[in-house]
This record gives sequence, C-alpha cells and structure tokens, in this order.
Amino acid sequence: MLEAVRPALIIARREVRDQFRDWRIIFPIIGLTLVFPFIMNWTAQQMLGFTREYGATIVADRLVPFLLMVVGFFPISVSLVIALESFVGEKERGSIEPLLNTPLKDWQLYLGKLLSSTVPPLVSSYLGMMVYLTGLMIRRIAIPEGEMLVQIVVLTTVQAVMMVAGAVAVSLQATSVRSANLLSSFIVIPTAFLIQWEAVVMFWGNQALLWWVIVAVVILTFLLVRVGVTHFQREELLGRDIDVLRLHWIWGVFRRNFTGGARSVGEWYQRVLLQSLRKLTLPSLLSAGLGLAGVLLGISLLSGFLRMMPPGDPEIIHQSLVNISEAYSGSKFALAGLIFIQNIRALLVGMILGVCSFGVLGVAPLFLTMGLAGIFGAFMVSRGFGLVDVLSFLLPHGVMEIPAVVIATAAVLQLGAVLLTPTPGQTIGEAWVAALAEWSRVMVGIVVPMLMLAALVEALLTPHIVLLFLQ
Amino acid sequence: MIVAEELTKIFDDFVAVDRISLSVPTGKVMVLLGKNGAGKTTTVRMLTSILRPSGGFARVAGFDVVKQAEKVRASVGVLTEHHGLYGRMNTEEYLQFFGSLYGLSAGESMQRAAPLLERFDLHVARKKRLSEFSKGMRQKLALVRALLHDPPVLLLDEPTSAMDPESARSVRDAIAQLRNQGRTVLLCTHNLAEAEELADLVAIIHGGRILIQETPEMAKEILLGPPEFEVKLARPLDAWPKVLPAGVTLRESGGNWARFFIESPAQTNPHFLRWLLEQRLEVVSFQEVPRSLEQAFLELIKERESGGLYA
Repeated sequence: MLEAVRPALIIARREVRDQFRDWRIIFPIIGLTLVFPFIMNWTAQQMLGFTREYGATIVADRLVPFLLMVVGFFPISVSLVIALESFVGEKERGSIEPLLNTPLKDWQLYLGKLLSSTVPPLVSSYLGMMVYLTGLMIRRIAIPEGEMLVQIVVLTTVQAVMMVAGAVAVSLQATSVRSANLLSSFIVIPTAFLIQWEAVVMFWGNQALLWWVIVAVVILTFLLVRVGVTHFQREELLGRDIDVLRLHWIWGVFRRNFTGGARSVGEWYQRVLLQSLRKLTLPSLLSAGLGLAGVLLGISLLSGFLRMMPPGDPEIIHQSLVNISEAYSGSKFALAGLIFIQNIRALLVGMILGVCSFGVLGVAPLFLTMGLAGIFGAFMVSRGFGLVDVLSFLLPHGVMEIPAVVIATAAVLQLGAVLLTPTPGQTIGEAWVAALAEWSRVMVGIVVPMLMLAALVEALLTPHIVLLFLQ
Repeated sequence: MIVAEELTKIFDDFVAVDRISLSVPTGKVMVLLGKNGAGKTTTVRMLTSILRPSGGFARVAGFDVVKQAEKVRASVGVLTEHHGLYGRMNTEEYLQFFGSLYGLSAGESMQRAAPLLERFDLHVARKKRLSEFSKGMRQKLALVRALLHDPPVLLLDEPTSAMDPESARSVRDAIAQLRNQGRTVLLCTHNLAEAEELADLVAIIHGGRILIQETPEMAKEILLGPPEFEVKLARPLDAWPKVLPAGVTLRESGGNWARFFIESPAQTNPHFLRWLLEQRLEVVSFQEVPRSLEQAFLELIKERESGGLYA
C-alpha cells in the first residue's frame, strides 16, 4: 500500500516545495496564521465587552466559536487557489504532459495534487486556530467546549478537501487558469452558502444539527473526490480543448442518444425505451424503497405530533374532506392541466437538484410527496377512517402517478451517478449529455404520458371515488 | 519496436487519426512527417498510452498500449512539444524528481544524468533555476529527462526546433548514437534536412492518414520518379539524340546540358556513358541531381491536396 502511495507523496512533496518558494502563497498563509487570529481575538474581546454592556452576552458567547471557524476557514480558502493552479496551471503551461508520460497511475497523480493542495493550508489553518485559542486564554476569555472544537476542526478539514475536490471537477472543464477562475464561482458560491448555514447553526447553538451538517458535507466531499478520481484521467486532461461550448455537437450527441438509432416511433418504444427501462431496474427499486421510507417517516412523524394535537371531531373532518372533493368549481380538464403542470414542475426541480448533488437530492420530490402521503394516511386512520377510505384518496391516480415518479426519480439518480462512474470511451461531457438524453427519453416516453393520465384521473375520477367511499 | 495496426482516434465527431498502420523495427529511426494538425501528436500520444485509441491496436516495446499502459510508459522516453519544466526548480532537483517517478534514487538519477548533461553542455547549469534557462537549454534538459530512465523506445516531437545549430547538431548526433545502441526512435519533425539525415524510414501523415511509409530513398523514387542524372557537354548541341539506350528517359535539356531519368543506375549508367562517348559527345561532367525529401514531401502534399494520385 505504502509503495502504491509513494509516487503520490513524491508529487505532493515537489508541489509543496514549489509552493513554499512562491512568496504569493507564503505571505497570505503567514498573515492568516499569525496576524488574523489576533484580529479575531481583539474582535471577540470587543464584542464580549459590548454585549455585556447591553445584556446580550449569548451573542458574544456564540461569536467566540464562530470566529474560531472563521480563523480556520480563511487559510483553507487558499487551498482553492493552490488547487486551481496545481491542476489547471500545469495543463496551461504544458508541464502536465511529461508527468502523464511517466508510469504514474491517474489516481496517484490525483492524490499527490490533492495532498499538496490541502495539507499546507490545513496546517496553517490549525496553527491559526491554536493561535486564536491561545489568545483567548491569555485574554481570559472562555474557549469553546471540546465537542464544539472537534466539530470546527472536522468541518475545517472536510471543507478544505471539499474545495480542492471541487477545484478538480472545475479543472477538468478548463484548459486555462483564467477559465478555471471563472468557473470557480461554482465552488465559491456554494461554499459561501454553506458557511452561512453553519454560522446560523452555530449561533442557534444546536450542536446535534451541526453534526448532521458535518455528515452532509462529508458525503458531498466523498462524492466530489469520487468524481475527481473517476474523471482525472489522461484522456480527459489532454484529449481536447473544452473551453468552448459546442452546441451543435451537444445537440448531435443528445439526438443520437435520444433516438437510439430507431427508425420509427414503434421501434423507439419497443427497443430503445425498453432498453432504458431495463437499465433503470436497480435505481427504480432504490427509488421505490426511498418512497416507502418516506411513507414510514411520515407516519412516524405524525405519531409524534398526534400526542400534542387535540382529538378532532370525525364529523368535521369528514365534511372537510367532502368539501375538498367538491371544492373545485372550474373545468375539470383545467384542473387536470394544473395537476399535470405541478407534477412536471416538481420533477424538473428534482432533476435540477439531482444534477447539483450527484443525484442525491433528486429523490426529494418523491421522498417529500410520499412522506406527506404517509402523514395524511396516518392522520386519517388516527381519526377513525378506514384504510380503504385513505386508499380511495390516493390510489385511483396513484397507480399511475407513483410509478411515474419512481421511474423519473430513478432516471435522475442515474443522471447523477454518471458523474461518479467512468464511462469508457466517453468524456465526462459526452457521458453526461448521453445520460440527459436517456432521462429525457424516459420522461417523454413514459413519465409524461403516465402523469397526464394520472392528472386526468385525479381531476375527473378521484373526487367521485372519494365521495363514494365517504358517503 | 513500435507496431501500430489500423490505429484510429476520434474526438467527438472529428477523426484525428484514421486507421494508420506503421512499423518501426528495433534499432531504427522512423521520421513522421506532416503538416501541423496532420495527426502526429495524437499518434504519439496514443503510442505513449496517454490517449486511448478509438480503434485498432499498437504495441510499443512489446507492450499493448491499452492493456499494458503503465509498462509502455515505463519503456518509452518522450520529448513532448511542450517541455513543461518547473521554473522554480533547478536542474538537479528536476531530474531527481522525474528519476524518482521511475523508481530511481537521487544518486542514481544524477549518475545517469551526468554524461547526458555533459554531452548537451548543461553540466554548468546543474544548480541553475529552470526559469533562467534559454529555450534551447530547456529543450535539451527535456531530452535529458526523456533519456534518464534509459528507455528502449524514444518518441521525440521536434527535438531540435528551438536550438542553435551547434546544439541541434549535438542532439542529432545523440539520436544517431541512440539508434546505433539499438534504441527504436519515432521522430516528429518539420526539419526535412534533419529527417533525411536521421531517418531509416519515413512516414508521411496527412489528414490523419499515412500516405506513404518507406525508406527515404524509396519515398523519393516513388514520389519524384527514378533517379535523375545531369550530363554537361563542352559545346552546345542543336538537338539531343531522339533514340536513347533502354532505361534512360530525357527529362529536360538546354544547349550544352540535359537531365535524364535513369532506371537502375547501377546497371544502366555504364551503358549510357559508353553510348554518350560513342555519339562523340564531349562530356564535361556526369552527375546525379540531388533530390531532397523536402521535394518529395511537398510533391506528395500537393498531389494530395489537389486530389491527385495519392488522394
């Protein structure tokens, strides 16, 4: 194992040595390690004095760990610059090709660069935090408790790796440092949002929630590293210039993959679409499992709330349900249209979320909808309605809507997974456009028609069936 | 040895290399000639296992470029178009770094590098930062790097392009010596005089396809016709004889000179000289007209672009 990692360490050592010969990297690191923490110490002391005067000490108490996080974060922000320079700078100067000609494995080169981009800023970050904590002790300000310290150190470490892994993903799409810097907003903006959320959680003082944030960041970092390992390949690095968006080529790849070479609609349905559905077997099972988990979570959430809710009058609930079923006075077809558009909108949001999160957040519409169905069903049952009454609300259109959403979610999972798995003979862009075509194929061929039918049933039939059961 | 069969590389919808086949026996130098964008660099990158072929197969130093990529990379020394030196390192650090990637200790790297540095006059710059190197020095150092692990196969892209004549000569001598030591060399160059001097075989690539793959002499004969000889006379002639010996064709003539295509000069020339004397022509000189690889290359490309014989 050590022998396999040795080339990565050789790469890392050279790059670190190179960094320490560049005053443009050393100066900010020294400043952020030795000067910045004292400024934060002074800020903390001023805030403590100020808030004590006005009796808002909790704000200052929460500010002390927050400033520790800021002290830790600033040096690791340098890792982004180092990583972009290390990955894209080498490409731009042409110095990557001699490296690619050596027997180095792709992952060894990736690991070497990952280490060299994260370790120096992290060491600087840890030193900065130690200086800050020492300053607090000297000024007799209470330092944050152990769990909080651990959380901040873990968050800082993971965020450094996350930014570098993100920089690699960006580097794969850029052939010049300039374009990489422009693309780095895809890392900077989400990271800024993340820091804001972390700040909110820290000021809230909910440490359990902060652990969940850490878990989420760890998962995201793992996925980003996986993307890097998967796509940091010689072919991707030298194969072509990808600074230009070639719409004609994108359309060509999309069309080829969407039609799958079919000569008629019949052939497309029988051969091409069936092929897509077969590929979606595993993701569909996973989606269905997640849907079921959503239902169970809904039921379990409601049982917690029920204890706090006053017992409702079954008659009033019954009448409310009848009213809902009879409420819509407009055209039933217009209602079907509204339902259809709402469902499509939810699935599109799911697709966008899935694209941004390697498919993970793409399950949100399914999970939330099924969770709500679970809450609704559990509530009805708790108020004395039978399971058949509940099913009369959900099943008439649900028999088409639920499978459609499950299939659509599976397609989004697959779309996200494309970034995490190598596709031999295809670049990341080509594989992704092909996966988008496959998603569109499933949507156009199956999901949209099923949702149309489901919307018609929900608008025209479901209310009658519900009334039949309720009356 | 380098062998490629039907090697193809397609980028999206662009065919960069189109089913090329080539063979460079051990201890030979093949020069790959072609215009910019002809597919030379892509071919070299496939042969060094950096790019995965879209079709066909290739073996370099006995290893498959797809299935044994790491072994291929360990067996080839590559001089790329971009030398890719690290400006903040000095010569020794740079060579030790690359040596370590091939499993050499710092001492071994320097031991191997010493004669090469000496040969290319870089020994005086061992401690010099690479950012201070001239273009030619960078190219020489990149060549030293390519030779550091003593590879049996060398793939050299424009090895003398930025060098002064003296340095270029030393590099050409080094390549000739490496060939004599049994190394296989694939050389890409635009310098046709260099190609002519070094090539055992020449392959001309155009639009991703190899148009001709021969020895330089044979390539010239195929592309420019049989060898050409010039006869100069003491006095001008009114007209040159219409009937010539077998294997001799008049190409062009002036008052006291004429040029002939001669098939198989070894057999034909003695007869032809005798015939000239029998005709009582006062021959002042009889010599082969030098023809360069450059002429052959330009002829072929012209033919190709005009949709002619080799299109």
